[in-house]
Amino acid sequence: MSSEKKPYQKVAYYPGCALEGTGHAYNRSTKEVGKALGLELDEVNNWNCCGAMEVKNIDPKIQTYLSSRVMSIAANEMGHDVVMAPCNGCYHNLKKAEYDLKNDADSRQVVDRISSKAGHKTYEAGQVETIHALDWIKDGIGEEALRARIKNSLKGLKVANYYGCMYTRPRHIFPEKDQGEGSESTSQPHFMDDLLAAAGAENVDFPLKTACCGGAHTLSDSDTSTLLVLNILRAAEAAGADVIATECPTCHSGLEMHQVRAESKFGYTSNVKITYFTQLLGMALGLSAKKVGMHENISDSMALLKQKGIA
Amino acid sequence: MPIHEEHLIRPENLKTHEDLVIDGIDVSGHWSTFIESRVVTDYNEALEEEIAALPGGEFIHRCWQCGSCTNSCTVNAINPDFNPRYWIYLIRVGMESELLRDKDIIWQCVSCNKCTYACPRDVVPEGVMKATAHWLELKGHTPKSPSMLFDEEFSEQVIETGKIEEGRIIRGFFKRTGQPLMQDWLVEMAKRLVAKLPVTLLVKMGLASVLRPRTSGWSGARDAIQEYVDEKQAEQRKALRLDELVEIAKQEVKPGQQAAAE
Ligand code: SF4
Ligand code: SF4
Ligand code: SF4
Ligand code: SF4
Repeated sequence: MSSEKKPYQKVAYYPGCALEGTGHAYNRSTKEVGKALGLELDEVNNWNCCGAMEVKNIDPKIQTYLSSRVMSIAANEMGHDVVMAPCNGCYHNLKKAEYDLKNDADSRQVVDRISSKAGHKTYEAGQVETIHALDWIKDGIGEEALRARIKNSLKGLKVANYYGCMYTRPRHIFPEKDQGEGSESTSQPHFMDDLLAAAGAENVDFPLKTACCGGAHTLSDSDTSTLLVLNILRAAEAAGADVIATECPTCHSGLEMHQVRAESKFGYTSNVKITYFTQLLGMALGLSAKKVGMHENISDSMALLKQKGIA
Repeated sequence: MPIHEEHLIRPENLKTHEDLVIDGIDVSGHWSTFIESRVVTDYNEALEEEIAALPGGEFIHRCWQCGSCTNSCTVNAINPDFNPRYWIYLIRVGMESELLRDKDIIWQCVSCNKCTYACPRDVVPEGVMKATAHWLELKGHTPKSPSMLFDEEFSEQVIETGKIEEGRIIRGFFKRTGQPLMQDWLVEMAKRLVAKLPVTLLVKMGLASVLRPRTSGWSGARDAIQEYVDEKQAEQRKALRLDELVEIAKQEVKPGQQAAAE
């Protein structure tokens, strides 16, 4: 089993490309929440893209290399033993690379070969622990301490927590999950539910927590993605949610994009709002809507937040 | 859990007759549906090996046909013809022509990995779907799918600079697929965004698509990755005997030979 828990007070931060583009509000709200909670982020120097869901289809071992370079810099150049990635895609890929480097000699050989030609130290499995922004807050602060810092409760806000696919699947790359009390579940993830509940929100019973939004084909097979997103929006509404909380820039922009597309292509309008969980947490910690980038979302939750007395 | 798979008898092989008498016995009524027998002779016995030679297909031999992949599949739920278990079966027994009937939808796998999660044999059906879609393209059975064009656009940018910029990916993808960039829903989204965003952020986002984000000192990694990708692609061509096929095709179109054969 996993050894001692590492402290998360100061961790290497891997934002990834999406957080510099469409996921800008997630980047900014994550940093603000960290500041408010006294958790320090040290951005990985000169990082590269992890390859998202695309490069593996050209060659999976290249994808392993891309993640390994990020972890190598964090460990060997910056001396970190924890890397925090808020994007499900980045988080998933770093976890997958860790698994492959630990278990597959071919992957190690390819990564070693490319790393030495690229002129940096090869990443060795076990040098860092990769965590998601959810682990960072849940294990770095904990619900009790979080509850004590809530200034602006999310009371009365009904939330459907949406985790998407890459946070829990496939199971084997997340050896720390499904380990009983205190650990995350791959079939019924609850870390985001726990944090938002601590901030006063009312979580609804949402059956599609880990459903797929079709993110991989958001542009190449848009009708499929729109249908899948529609299922998610409808299920959230049926569960009585005011807002869907997200923890991944790709899931978030997928829901936003296809909510608009469902309207303009299929004439289906849905009223449920979409926000990053860090935006909601930030506001509960007393930060302004502007500070957490609410205005950068396509889905406009301001009226709702005002009505609930949160903004 | 309900089984969602449709039955495997093709509708065109079902023969029904209003009045049917066989050997003096009247078998009209509900006995009057008969299944035409099928004889398959064109097996490709190398099919499983070929798929296994492509990334993702490595573990196809482990499949014991339990059907968990199809039952958990995201795409199957919206299109019952999308059937990973069945395709894995066809590949393993070499029924290439049967597989080709579904060639235009296999690429639609959304990589949600529900199948990988459910599979009791670690087949990684998601990988098999990607390998199969890739195989169809390499063998020339299908043109490159929009998904493959997207993956290529994305990967080329990552390999080139170490990073991606979303605007550039979208433009590059629409160009590759010959679609106009001004999709009405994209325009609608942009409008909603621009209405709320501060000018400074818009300028920053605009600049990112002019000044490409890059990882510095990337050229060593770029060359090493490209070299590896080229090697792998050559290995795959060999495993699928693509160069042999090209030679055969060239021979076949030589006009002199055609005349001699007659
Ligand atoms: S998941 Fe996306 S955006 Fe995030 S780094 Fe990896 S590729 Fe770039
Ligand atoms: S839910 Fe959508 S964006 Fe999120 S991980 Fe799954 S496919 Fe990707
Ligand atoms: S779940 Fe696995 S073993 Fe079962 S049919 Fe699918 S691939 Fe085969
Ligand atoms: S990864 Fe592909 S084949 Fe597997 S369940 Fe998802 S859509 Fe179906």
